[in-house]
Amino acid sequence: MSEASSTNLKFDKKPFVLAVTLTLFATVAAALLAFGDAKTRPEIALRLAEDLNAILSQVVPAKLHDNELSKDTLIITGPDGTPVTVYRARQGEHIIGFAYPVTSESGYAGPIELVMGVSAKGEILGVRVLSHTETPGLGDQIEIQKSDWILSFNGLSFANLAPDKWGVKKDGGTFDQFSGATITPRTVVKTVKQGLTFFHDHQSALFAPAPISPTPKSGETTHG
Amino acid sequence: MADDTAPERTDYKAITLDGLWDNNVIFSQLLALCPLLAVTSTATNGLGMGLATTVVLVASGLSISLLRSLIPPDVRIPAFVLVIATLVTLVDMAMNAWVHELHKVLGLFIPLIVTNCAILGRAEIFASKKSVAPSTYDGLMMGMGFTAALVVLGAIREVLGSGTLFAGASLLLGNAFKSIEMNIAVYDGMLLFALPPGGFVVLGFVLAGKRVLDQKLKPWRKGQPKQTDAPACHTV
Repeated sequence: MSEASSTNLKFDKKPFVLAVTLTLFATVAAALLAFGDAKTRPEIALRLAEDLNAILSQVVPAKLHDNELSKDTLIITGPDGTPVTVYRARQGEHIIGFAYPVTSESGYAGPIELVMGVSAKGEILGVRVLSHTETPGLGDQIEIQKSDWILSFNGLSFANLAPDKWGVKKDGGTFDQFSGATITPRTVVKTVKQGLTFFHDHQSALFAPAPISPTPKSGETTHG
Repeated sequence: MADDTAPERTDYKAITLDGLWDNNVIFSQLLALCPLLAVTSTATNGLGMGLATTVVLVASGLSISLLRSLIPPDVRIPAFVLVIATLVTLVDMAMNAWVHELHKVLGLFIPLIVTNCAILGRAEIFASKKSVAPSTYDGLMMGMGFTAALVVLGAIREVLGSGTLFAGASLLLGNAFKSIEMNIAVYDGMLLFALPPGGFVVLGFVLAGKRVLDQKLKPWRKGQPKQTDAPACHTV
């Protein structure tokens, strides 16, 4: 304040005061948000991990495998160059299936994220929607909570459904569209097909023996 | 508002009536139509959005009233927006962490509460001028009025549009509420009402209905000062 009075020019300090006040507000807001983020981040990570386990158990039935999917992962470079995390299901030593996410190109309102389970023979074990921004009441029929439609993929493979039949009925395929929403199911069908193609394209990488970690805890128990 | 009462005496009855009926965010002020049309395809979504908005309204009423002497009038709008955006983000994070199931249902719409100009409107018209208790109470009543409007509109649209009522309520309120989920067996719904245009149509009828009801109620409400028409969202 003394600086303002010491200058010869008449210094209007009002804008300065306003700027400082707003800066203070913004600083306090940022601090609050940082605090809130620090408090909730581990909880949210936990919730997301629970979600992941829950969704993995939906696309690869628990009775088929005896390992923990979220602990047996593999990173494979996907078709567009992005890394895809693959979760492997085993029964004893045998790999019996995989679960991995696939993201669609834009659906009606944005990309749709799916996770799908595929058996070692290339048969779909299950598909679920992780997230989407499709129209509520129309496109959201792809959610298992809203409709059974997503179950129509179960048991399908390129062996029992020719690749050119993977489309909604309107396009000459075998999948139902929804009344009022064709783009959403069309996008999902296309994406699941891409997912199966991914499986067929990466056979060797998918079945590659895991970097062996049979008893990951035995080494750590010494300092426990 | 209740300016004709004695100064510094808060008329809680007027605030209550204001929030729930006379100056209802939706039915009188016609604010917040964007979230209204976006989420009221079902009554459950409307309820969830209404409750989340109520939390923000109460918190913003409280904090802006507390801060009102610190906020210079020239920059009050950015300051209010900052406070509201901070609150909404905190609510969003807290819901994601502790009521994750509910957050998954409403997810997308929570950040949209920031753009709900009803909240900024209450901050400007009420909380920045009144003390803490009435401001908080005003936030609660406005929020309840908003919630009621969303549930009414959601219920009408859901019945007409999908032939169900409170579908998915157990996702929001827990399995104890499974029994209020209703399905009208003989009617499959008319898609129009599930879409935003149907929302406008239903809103129009509900608004007309409220006007008629207000006319009928007039003789019984002679004693009370007539509310001036809604202040528009001139601040945004």
